[in-house]
Amino acid sequence: MSSFTELDSEIVPVDAEPRRVQGRTPWQLAWTRFRRDRLAVASLVVLALMVVFAALAPLWAHWTGHPYDATFPKTALDPSGQPVGPGRHFWLGADQLGRDVLVRAAYGARISLVVGVAAAVLASVIGVAVGVLAGFVGGVLDTVLARMMDITLALPYLLVAIMLATTFQLTSVAASVSLTIVVIAFFSFAAFGRIIRGQVLSLREKEFIEAARSLGAGNLRIMAVDVLPNLMAQVTVLTSLLIPTSIVFEATLSFLGVGVRLPMPSWGSMLGEGSDVFQTAWWLLAVPAFLLLLTTLSFNLLGDGIRDALDPRGDRHSGKK
Amino acid sequence: MLRFVIRRLLYSVLVLWLVATLVFVFLHISPVPVERVIGGPRATTDTLAQIRANLGLDQPVIVQYGRFLGRLLRGDLGDSYINGTSVAALVRDRLPTTLWLVAGAGVIWFVGGVVTGVYSATRARGAGDRLVTLFVLIGLSTPPFVMALVLLYLFSTKLGEAGVPFFEAGPPLQEHFLQRMILPWIALAFLMVAAYTRLTRGAMLDVLGEDYIRTARAKGISPKRVVYRHGLRSALTPVVTQFGIDLGALIGSTIVTEKVFGLQGVGQLVYQSINLGDTPVIIGVTLMVTLFVVLANLLVDVGYSFLDPRVRLS
Amino acid sequence: MSELPEGLHALPEGLHAATARPAEAAQDDVLVSAEGVVKYFPIKQGIVFKKEVARVHAVDGVDLRVRRGETLGIVGESGSGKSTLARCITGLHPVTSGRILFEGTDITKLSKSGLKAFRRDVQMIFQDPYGSLNPRRRVGSIIGDPFAIHNIADGADRKKRVQELMELVGLNPEHYNRFPAEFSGGQRQRIGVARALALKPKLIVCDEPVSALDVSIQAQVINLLKDLQDELGLTYIFIAHDLSVVRYVSDRVGVMYLGRIGESAAAEELYERPRHPYSAALLSAASIADPDEAERAERIVLIGDVPSPIDPPSGCRFHPRCPKAQERCVAEEPALVVRDGDAADHLTACHFPVEPGEVLAHEHAGISQVSTEPELPEVEQ
Repeated sequence: MSSFTELDSEIVPVDAEPRRVQGRTPWQLAWTRFRRDRLAVASLVVLALMVVFAALAPLWAHWTGHPYDATFPKTALDPSGQPVGPGRHFWLGADQLGRDVLVRAAYGARISLVVGVAAAVLASVIGVAVGVLAGFVGGVLDTVLARMMDITLALPYLLVAIMLATTFQLTSVAASVSLTIVVIAFFSFAAFGRIIRGQVLSLREKEFIEAARSLGAGNLRIMAVDVLPNLMAQVTVLTSLLIPTSIVFEATLSFLGVGVRLPMPSWGSMLGEGSDVFQTAWWLLAVPAFLLLLTTLSFNLLGDGIRDALDPRGDRHSGKK
Repeated sequence: MLRFVIRRLLYSVLVLWLVATLVFVFLHISPVPVERVIGGPRATTDTLAQIRANLGLDQPVIVQYGRFLGRLLRGDLGDSYINGTSVAALVRDRLPTTLWLVAGAGVIWFVGGVVTGVYSATRARGAGDRLVTLFVLIGLSTPPFVMALVLLYLFSTKLGEAGVPFFEAGPPLQEHFLQRMILPWIALAFLMVAAYTRLTRGAMLDVLGEDYIRTARAKGISPKRVVYRHGLRSALTPVVTQFGIDLGALIGSTIVTEKVFGLQGVGQLVYQSINLGDTPVIIGVTLMVTLFVVLANLLVDVGYSFLDPRVRLS
Repeated sequence: MSELPEGLHALPEGLHAATARPAEAAQDDVLVSAEGVVKYFPIKQGIVFKKEVARVHAVDGVDLRVRRGETLGIVGESGSGKSTLARCITGLHPVTSGRILFEGTDITKLSKSGLKAFRRDVQMIFQDPYGSLNPRRRVGSIIGDPFAIHNIADGADRKKRVQELMELVGLNPEHYNRFPAEFSGGQRQRIGVARALALKPKLIVCDEPVSALDVSIQAQVINLLKDLQDELGLTYIFIAHDLSVVRYVSDRVGVMYLGRIGESAAAEELYERPRHPYSAALLSAASIADPDEAERAERIVLIGDVPSPIDPPSGCRFHPRCPKAQERCVAEEPALVVRDGDAADHLTACHFPVEPGEVLAHEHAGISQVSTEPELPEVEQ
């Protein structure tokens, strides 16, 4: 996202020079195309609202007077012990223990966004590093790294992630969030690295790399100046599409009780804990499921939009990479 | 050909060895003592001592590692210290349910994905195609456990009240088999149908753009024949490859579906073990499923190389 | 066997035979010379430990000399190894064996820092005006790259020098901030020329610099290169498969076939009196501007493909396709020397050179005559 805010300032013409000689960067062109994609812009707006919703979580807690981990057996549960539905005190209802669903959903949004973005960024950093190294250096290093990525892709990732979480038996919220991020990144970097490696292999054959070499540029300079900038479009698209996958991964782990630890709510753990009372308290299913779906759908639409904007000729149809 | 098979076989062994080593390393770098991880949170001091003796935890790490690999080679996946049986026995009881689940879901997602994919590829950019694209986006954005929860809520709660027995919980598997399995199948297959629609559509569009397809059209072959006989045949190759890989990997992803629908399969076993802190079961299942995945990949690769000799050279 | 002594007493100028001694290189003003340059590309197989199963003989024993201020043209079909030779001379490919002397220094043995200094003196212009410019960088940054790499001129100074270069090659200096995509093919090639000129090199190796351009643009770029040579005293090695372009720019021309030089001579001499049957065939296949002359000309069309450089033919590499081939050609490799009655710098690697006025036999299996359909040597894409 930061690249786009950066672009905004670049679009303003430099006053000293006439505008016509200022070449428009590929990013500027992409931004122009992106703005015309109504679906992508709409999902960007939805995600911005989601960020606001998550950022203001303490504020919701303050306004309602319901901290996310506090139970209110008297006001939130009816005499038979059933949670109350959406209403004046509990805007989105209460859960089976008498906690405020709205406040918990807001904190859950924080977890989803933080874990999703952090894991995707971490995975892309590792993926780019490994992919560039393998593709550019080549030789035995390439063979080893490529095999390593193949093996990682062949692992039953959910099971290994569960195993990792149970052997570490983390109890603190911060540690469990960090572990979740690392686990997701570990299982996502390989697919990323494989694509980057392929890109680097084809870039390496380009004449402008040879030209840089003939000018006397070293490997590091070529990687930084000539290879990486040509990967950025691909990296942006892949990272944006990795975010929803990571969010789903986190929600699944938390749903099974091996993701983010209690008492910190996550949309996944909210769905897991409430599943016994869905029949009577539909909002316990509807609220987190809707938010989760909205977020992943928006990120997917955003990713598709970014891809179309960065690669206008690109075939939207070619599916899994 | 033989060299290729041997190479792939060695590679599979390498993967298994790496996963086993990974498990060992996880156990030993965990901040929790190994006997506590194995024995679970409620293990008594006697049990802990017994585990220490069984695993030889007082011996050097390298000896422990050797014994760990040795046990695995003999097919000993370890014992559950919580209910006292061997992991292999636990898995054996639960495996049929999971295999049925995966097989049914596999049929649904493969047939569903290919049919929808071909439909949308032959009507590229039309209204039907747009609808399919929307479905794909929603499908790819829906976590399987959310799909399962929503299906369960809609069909068993709402329609159940209306007297439509779409779903019945509880054993045994043989009774009302279809009624019990249909929702889990759909829940498990939903995301994959979307993924395979996208995959098939892409492969079909690629193939239909090829010169030989245009030649076939120019020769006056009927559009139907072009699409199904000439196009689909070559478009299916990458789809089938992916299918083999995913089918193996899916065995590990049945956990949420089995939990939601209360199916007593391997996934349920894992879920119950998470709650009990029964780590040996989780480790054993992980290793076994890895074996399944590796075997599936091996079969796909070798089968594929029979069909397409280019694979062997790469 | 009479050609050997002649090869020794003659003093080859631009290109010289393997028999000539390196000491002669210093006598006339030679800028760069290659001695027995060999470049093999190994073909490897294996999973982790790769073993070599075969090798591509891309360049297989090439000797040449280029004098300061002249243009040496190198022609050949695709796969003849001319581009690989260019990359060996610029130090982009390490050679398998042989020496490349630049102003007396063997560049194949240079240290990392020595090589970096050498790169300031030798530059390259590439074939593909699209592939040779990084699409993500502005023109100013591309042309300024040499300055950045060698830490010459910063900030405003660098910009000034880049704009001077742009002016020099006929680009609008105001387009400093544009991207390569905003230029035409010819303009892009000018950007490549400007980049090559930035460090004031002594030698520029042009690897098919115009073959990707429209014919109408080719002349502009060629003339630019010639003007720059006059103005800056540049030395060129000019590689192309287009014979007329090479004739126009070159002082001397070498004909490459399967990693070897088959014949070399002053441009006019080679075009008027080719001695190697391969040169003769190439030239006869080229288009002739004058229709009357074209009608009279005999076209020799080579049959068959260039043999694989992985397993090149024995003896003379051209023998499987040569109309004059005899048993000696299969067994013995001809030396690149001066043949009877030729100028001192006209070298031919052939046991049975074409005599002036000789009509090559057509009935030989390797050759046939077609007068209606001129076939150009295969165009390298």
